Amino acid sequence: MDGAREGDARSELASGLAKACSRHFGRPVRIAGLFRHSGGASRQTWGFDAIFGDGAVEKLVLRRDPPRAADAPPQNFENSLAIDRATEFAVMRAAGQHGVPAPSMLFIARPDDGVGDGYVMKSVDGTAIARELLRAPRFEHARQRIPGQLGAILAKLHAVPLSALPRLNIGGAESVIATMRRALDTTREPHPVFELALTWLERRMPPMPATPSFVHGDFRTGNYLADESGVTAILDWEIAHLGDPLEDLGWLCVKSWRFGAVDKPAGGFGSREELWDAYEAAGGAKINRDHARWWEILGTARWGVICMTQAWKHLSGAEESMELASIGRRAVETEVDLLELLG
Amino acid sequence: MAQDRPTAPELLDAISGFLRNEALPALEGLDARLAFQVKVALNSLAILSREWQRGPQADAAELQRLKALLGRDGDLPTLNAELCRQLRAGERDERNAALMDHLRATIAEKIAIANPRWR
Repeated sequence: MDGAREGDARSELASGLAKACSRHFGRPVRIAGLFRHSGGASRQTWGFDAIFGDGAVEKLVLRRDPPRAADAPPQNFENSLAIDRATEFAVMRAAGQHGVPAPSMLFIARPDDGVGDGYVMKSVDGTAIARELLRAPRFEHARQRIPGQLGAILAKLHAVPLSALPRLNIGGAESVIATMRRALDTTREPHPVFELALTWLERRMPPMPATPSFVHGDFRTGNYLADESGVTAILDWEIAHLGDPLEDLGWLCVKSWRFGAVDKPAGGFGSREELWDAYEAAGGAKINRDHARWWEILGTARWGVICMTQAWKHLSGAEESMELASIGRRAVETEVDLLELLG
Repeated sequence: MAQDRPTAPELLDAISGFLRNEALPALEGLDARLAFQVKVALNSLAILSREWQRGPQADAAELQRLKALLGRDGDLPTLNAELCRQLRAGERDERNAALMDHLRATIAEKIAIANPRWR
């Protein structure tokens, strides 16, 4: 997109946000400082200030789907659990009401607002940038606390009563494996290591829990905000579903989410045991260690296949993006890890 | 027909130098997202450089190994598709030492091109 067109799109978005926010707050609002957050290849996040007549300022965030090409082919291999932004809004509000740190949710955009399919929430202090959290001296104290906090937060999250949630799909181990195989077949790029891993996993699949729990689905470093005191908000709820709580505990420990701190499986901050102990101490169900490890290995393969499908969004013409395309070359990182895990 | 210099890797280097030394400093502090995209581009150009140097040899070695492993002839896509079929069907698995040797060698070459710093 050239500079002028991007500028037009930005001022259009700002006026759409002014209209939507004025309606929500019941008084005129001016928008300033609109900027797009980096990262978030599959959803767009925009920060902005809502300025009221009396000069008061609210820092807000718009989360929305990226505009798609009108003739985009259907993404039939995409995670079948993916929820729309209105459902995500309701999920985040419910999680926040049940003790999970989440942003204050304000409103869902209307189609005639002209800001796309999305919602507006209050901005939360903190950074989601993994490398900063893992290395900056000012987060030293937070780093000690994060593994325990994540365990306790997951215990609360998995205890959110289903009656408080919108209707969500059930996703178990079997359907994750089926989705991954479909993705491998769609892209038609043979990946022997992923095939080996999926067969290994299928042969050792843990049973689906008798009662499925609320599961975040993408609970990892990079998807929560933290400040000097530790975790301030859990983000990226777009594949929230019902399933096995160990899915979240395993995914958090996948090596790709340690961002180089490879000897600290709990998101790059601590040991699995620290995470598991905090989870159980906060009321989470007793953790079957073997099953948690199984979900970690599944997560490793899953991230590898997601790398392929992210690239496929670009390659198939659905969404032109250099960033998405480049993610395809990260799949091999998980192949290295899988050979270590299975060998 | 041989192309004039710069060679492909020399051109990639020239583009990288421009992005790193001119485009990136101009964008940093101005547009964090675009600066990030430039870093993504630089990383991809480095992959292309390594692929130019190591790719053809790596592909040839992989093909030789696959022919020996599967005991048949064919090109890389065909033989890899056959290996995938066997693995999904469970006809071979991690207990097959020759298979694991082949996969380790193949993945070692892939990561040396895509991200040599991965560990």
